[in-house]
Amino acid sequence: MEVYLDNSATTQCTKSVVEVMSKIMLEEYGNPSSLHCKGMNAEKQIKEAKRIIASNLKVKEKEILFTSGGTESDNLALIGAAHAANRRGKHIITTEVEHPAVLEALEFLKTEGFEISYLPVDRFGVVSLQTLQENLRPDTILVSVMHTNNEIGSIQPVAQMGIWLKEKRPEILFHVDAVQGYGKATIHPYKQGIDLMSVSGHKIHGPKGVGFLYCNERVRLLPIMFGGGQQKGIRPGTENVPGIAGLGKAVEEIYKTLEEDLKRMYQLREKFIDELCKIDGITVNGYPDERNAPHIISLSVAEIRSEVLLHALESEGIYISSGSACASNHTTTSSTLKAIGMQKELLDKTVRFSLSSKTTEEEMRYTIAKLYDMIPMLRKFTRR
Amino acid sequence: MFKAFLIKYAEIGVKGKNRYLFEDALVRQIRYALKRCEGEFKVHKTQGRIYVEVLSDYDYEDTITQLKTVFGIAGICPVVHMEDEGFEQLSQDILAYIEKVHPEKNMTFKVAARRARKNYPMESMEINGKLGGIILDAFPEMNVDVHHPDIVIHIEIREKIYIYSKVIPGPGGMPIGTAGSAMLLLSGGIDSPVAGYMIAKRGVSLEATYFHAPPYTSERAKEKVVDLAKLVSVYAGPIRLNIINFTDIQMYIYEQCPHEELTIIMRRYMMKIAEAVAIESNCIGLITGESIAQVASQTLQSLAVTNEVCTLPVYRPLIGFDKQEIVEISQKIDTYETSILPFEDCCTIFVAKHPVTKPSLKMIKLHEKDLEEKIETLVETALKTREVLLCKKDYR
Repeated sequence: MEVYLDNSATTQCTKSVVEVMSKIMLEEYGNPSSLHCKGMNAEKQIKEAKRIIASNLKVKEKEILFTSGGTESDNLALIGAAHAANRRGKHIITTEVEHPAVLEALEFLKTEGFEISYLPVDRFGVVSLQTLQENLRPDTILVSVMHTNNEIGSIQPVAQMGIWLKEKRPEILFHVDAVQGYGKATIHPYKQGIDLMSVSGHKIHGPKGVGFLYCNERVRLLPIMFGGGQQKGIRPGTENVPGIAGLGKAVEEIYKTLEEDLKRMYQLREKFIDELCKIDGITVNGYPDERNAPHIISLSVAEIRSEVLLHALESEGIYISSGSACASNHTTTSSTLKAIGMQKELLDKTVRFSLSSKTTEEEMRYTIAKLYDMIPMLRKFTRR
Repeated sequence: MFKAFLIKYAEIGVKGKNRYLFEDALVRQIRYALKRCEGEFKVHKTQGRIYVEVLSDYDYEDTITQLKTVFGIAGICPVVHMEDEGFEQLSQDILAYIEKVHPEKNMTFKVAARRARKNYPMESMEINGKLGGIILDAFPEMNVDVHHPDIVIHIEIREKIYIYSKVIPGPGGMPIGTAGSAMLLLSGGIDSPVAGYMIAKRGVSLEATYFHAPPYTSERAKEKVVDLAKLVSVYAGPIRLNIINFTDIQMYIYEQCPHEELTIIMRRYMMKIAEAVAIESNCIGLITGESIAQVASQTLQSLAVTNEVCTLPVYRPLIGFDKQEIVEISQKIDTYETSILPFEDCCTIFVAKHPVTKPSLKMIKLHEKDLEEKIETLVETALKTREVLLCKKDYR
């Protein structure tokens, strides 16, 4: 049996996404900037994807910029907004648990003289509005908070923060990295005070190499790439038409059955956690219930290094992810796990199971059964 | 401009009656290496030299790079051909050649002519003298030194005239395939690929054994070892890699023996298994990357205890090297970047906090008695279920 539980790393494309894309690659392969009908047909595909996404977010079509994915969306949002607003101030606020695409972009901005404040999280990985308020300065220009954490699935109070900022400090831009949250929650940027939002295609059963950035029309961005003026010059380069159309299709599909999918994923998650917590020495990171994301289960398994458990599960056809890749070799250690105050010896013993709307109860039962067999056996051979 | 390469070899030259074996092997290895380059080449032996003639368009830099991987080559001399159109033309051609090949003129030189075609109107000494004078007149910064010149301008007069003066150092050593084969214990580390390279340099063909311990070591660790074998194969020729699943043996030792002795006992079984594979494939020695005192299992005492299980000789070319010296070679042969990728190999998992550094053979043998029940079957299974891959670098 093959059980894919690494959906936060990437997801399988759906058939209809692949069909849409292959049709475009074979038939509507024109360059959307070309003046002939081949070009126009390609442009129509982009417009249609934009329409789907904009109507899902309840925003204007012109507020959607297509990018190469989550990393580029984060980079463009942060660097582009910071460059455009740097005369108003040089202070940016983010959290300790952001994805490297945000943290590293901010590291780059530091070299240009920007100052960054990092909001701490509680033991469930959540930041509070209060700490945001305490960290604001008169020269704060930008706040960047992720919607859902990629390692433990904690959900940040972005709506609460966005609404408060719009009311008290409307000049501050609010960016949300929704790479893990989009497709697992309904997000309406206008209502939630979000000015910029990053989304990736391949986390929602769309293709890799494509994503979008929602950018409110009042926000001024400076480009970080330069070229032929496409997408109003903010993100030049010939549009990835098949990718964009595939992304549109994926958005349409994932939101069609969102309510019931969420309900089922939460049930699977809770059952899985209940069963595994019966084994000694297993702790759940993040909230065990619906305060957490439905698709991410982060577990620390005492005495078993995550890489070993990962490979042992792999040999049974179950694919998961280690909580912090390569932590055992001290090359990188996860900032999220440290930020929630995890004990040092559990840092390299944390694994992540991530579900999709396609995950079945049978797959989860199989995984639970394998873990029940495996954990005691692997514990026999831990480093003494 | 260069239409041929003269290959210089050092040690082969002093061989006796079997010298032709070495030369033939070198020709074979050169042909093999040049298959990776674009262009058509003819490699042949004449009068105690090996020539690589270029028959088509080719990439000079790439050809040199590939020739530099052939053990047995001491130097590579790029050669220019010219038609014999009289001495006047020859002297002009020589000046043009020097202008182009040696832009830096502040150096000493001598001319060494060789007249293979005896009907050429001038004798060698006469050519040397006349051309030397012409060169001195044309390039006043250059000086003659007949004893220790910076460059020697060779002029060989055959049907055509061949000129060469540049010697690009080759890797030295002996051609692969002239010294039998040996089994390299290849881990994912920095040392073992270098050890393989060093032994291959003396003409030895390599086979390799890698110990894999899933799920404790990952598929990627195995891929890394395959990649390393491919990198070494650039010099050593294709390498048969035997991948042994070591998990059960390791677990069994872990259960039955004192933890501080785990690594030593494990290594003894690795040697045993590698030797069994070696004998099966007609290897006549084992190669390891051990270096005295690098880690607990490489003290003299540990080496003695590990060595004891083998009947084949174990070659340890890095035995007296410091880590930094090994790193330098691994950088030179391009295995370093791959070696430092962070995947655990089976020597590092389960390693005790304080492993024995002075194991006693008596104690180790006593503790190995606790393995008697199952170990033979486990070793047999490991040997039987081994995976064999032929590793060679893919070009183009």
